[in-house]
Amino acid sequence: MKNVITLKNGSPEHDPSDPWVLLEAGADVMGSDTPIILPFAHWLEHSQARAPDPRQGVLLGPDEDPLRLVPAVSHLPLIALQFPDFRDGRAYSQANLLRLRYGFRGDLRAVGDVLRDQLLLMRHCGFSSFAIREDKPVLDALEGLRGFDEVYARSVANPVPRYRRQSLKPNAHRVSGTD
Amino acid sequence: MYSYNRYDRALVQARVQQFRDQVSRRLSGKLSEEEFLPLRLQNGVYLQRHAYMLRVAIPYGTLSSEQLRTLAEVADRYDRGYGHFTTRQNIQFNWLELEQVPDILQLLADQEMHAIQTSGNCVRNITTEAFAGVAADELIDPRPLAEIMRQWSTANPEFLFLPRKFKIAISSSENDRAAVRAHDIGLYLYRGKSGEHRLRVLVGGGLGRTPVLSQVIREELPWQHLLTYVEAILRVYNRHGRRDNKYKARIKILLRSLGVEAFAREVEAEWALIRDGAGELTREEYERVARDFGPPAYESLDTADMAYGRHLTLSADFARWVETNTHAHKVSGYASVVVSTKAGEGAPPGDLDSDQMRGVAHLADVYGFGEIRVAHEQNLVLPDIRKRDLYMLWQALAELKLATPNIGLLTDVIACPGGDYCSLANTRSLPVAAAIQQRFRDLDLLHDLGSLSLNISGCMNACGHHHIGNIGILGVNKNDEEFFQLTIGGQKGRNSKLGKVIGPAFRAEEVPEAIERLLEAYRQLRETDETFADTVQRVGIGPFRETVYARESVVAGGVS
Ligand code: SF4
Repeated sequence: MKNVITLKNGSPEHDPSDPWVLLEAGADVMGSDTPIILPFAHWLEHSQARAPDPRQGVLLGPDEDPLRLVPAVSHLPLIALQFPDFRDGRAYSQANLLRLRYGFRGDLRAVGDVLRDQLLLMRHCGFSSFAIREDKPVLDALEGLRGFDEVYARSVANPVPRYRRQSLKPNAHRVSGTD
Repeated sequence: MYSYNRYDRALVQARVQQFRDQVSRRLSGKLSEEEFLPLRLQNGVYLQRHAYMLRVAIPYGTLSSEQLRTLAEVADRYDRGYGHFTTRQNIQFNWLELEQVPDILQLLADQEMHAIQTSGNCVRNITTEAFAGVAADELIDPRPLAEIMRQWSTANPEFLFLPRKFKIAISSSENDRAAVRAHDIGLYLYRGKSGEHRLRVLVGGGLGRTPVLSQVIREELPWQHLLTYVEAILRVYNRHGRRDNKYKARIKILLRSLGVEAFAREVEAEWALIRDGAGELTREEYERVARDFGPPAYESLDTADMAYGRHLTLSADFARWVETNTHAHKVSGYASVVVSTKAGEGAPPGDLDSDQMRGVAHLADVYGFGEIRVAHEQNLVLPDIRKRDLYMLWQALAELKLATPNIGLLTDVIACPGGDYCSLANTRSLPVAAAIQQRFRDLDLLHDLGSLSLNISGCMNACGHHHIGNIGILGVNKNDEEFFQLTIGGQKGRNSKLGKVIGPAFRAEEVPEAIERLLEAYRQLRETDETFADTVQRVGIGPFRETVYARESVVAGGVS
């Protein structure tokens, strides 16, 4: 895929040689060495017929239940979650479930309407690579993963909520404007 | 009140930087309006009819005098010298330029305020009642849990792109004064059998086009599980709420399509998998936050104060104000004072100019502990006033035009900004509010009519909560003309009810007359001391309808 940012040991990098190809629904799978990402329905057919293949990932739509990937999470190399529109936030919950509940350790990729200003949220929810929308400059999008991104609630990236991470001292009496 | 620690401060400061960058990318064209829209909404910025509007959060309605002065400064420097308090304990500034917003947010952040998530399809400002921590009928102070939820929901990465907006309110008193049942999640906090804190969880309330009161999905939830339970509800909603039609996207619609039992089962199943993990709230954290809400240094006072008693007998005006505009305090010798923004002359309900804001801040410093609350009814509250100071305070408030003795009465109108500001409006709600306040200026009459809530919404989005007003007024547009539909019998609080439409709608100029007839009917029908709401409840809407539509002149031939 073009325009891919991956987290390498936690730090974001543009990966110009990302090998994955997103397969159109209905296209032919056979006879290719390129790693491909299959739409869920398509993948379901193939996964039953064959042994696990490190060159096959799966694309889950926002209304498909990640629970259905559970039998395969231990060997799937990549799961892509779809943002049909950046305002559609279902994939954040799917990502959370795949990581925390179903124990997926492979590459979790955001595809679709993936934009700079949502990347921090995606990283928090467990995404490890981001296929930036193709008309957007990928180096600009990299900026979206820099800067302050701590939150109070727990997330995949910070599985322990803020208040458990360090014992917070009681507030000193308010002295206006000082630390 | 809660004061920020280093981390809280760092977060709001970072957020200002982030938004400053987003605004500059918008202005340079790097961000399209479409991409920018949800970002600005999550920072409280709306595009209105004439300018940008900024909605600043006042978490659970609590402000320090210093913060109120900062709001006055924003009003003077960036707006036209006033601000508008809303029914969800926020304040709105209506006349801004987008370029200015980052500077305003900076000013706010320096005073531990923000506009984060006051709009957009995310968890909004957490609200509670204005008398939290001081009301005589309060069971448990709800503010620590409200603050804990504020933190939890702020920038929570999983839940910033929900199907639709999401509102949470918490209340813990005999009378629910936070409109809990009109919220997506409503929480009642109470004591269990052995004194421990428990929560009743209600889901699916909301007014708007499809008004519904929330339903209980959980009783006796121990407080430690608050965040995981809310997380479970939000995850079910985020995954399964409708996204194809914005009018069917609120959680109330999901609840209705699944049925309350099935919905509750989904939530319980989700919750069972996360309840005992790291998301459980710790006593240490509760206590850390609760410490900031500890009682101020109250004096020990007698319940009765001689001078106060004398003023009550000597000044009928003062006595009247005390009767309507003060509220029982849990500490003897103290009262909470409601500062009425509903003088009815010049200023719409909820509006305060910067001098009034500074004036109230000053009075909070002089007579209280420097704290101010914002009430759901768009008034301010000075929570801790010694009864012996009430007379002086009353005079000072009167000078600021903030002592109209009408709290809880007909002219304590709740109104949305309507067509004067709001770009979604069908009608102008403010002139109707003003006309009603003008017509019913007679205080004796007002007091005789007694407890009565009147709510006005400029369109069916129902921001003025007209469904739960004893009298509700809804603006509708027909053939480019403004009409107003009347509902009666709505109630908020523990006995919440949705009002019923009484008949064909009226033109704006006919509304005061129609209200007058409605009240004429009430005065004939009521039994001793019966409130308007109780009378409607007892006799139904029929007799009211007959009186209102009895004479030709007011029957507008409008729309029904
Ligand atoms: S009720 Fe309608 S007119 Fe009034 S503020 Fe809401 S959207 Fe605007």
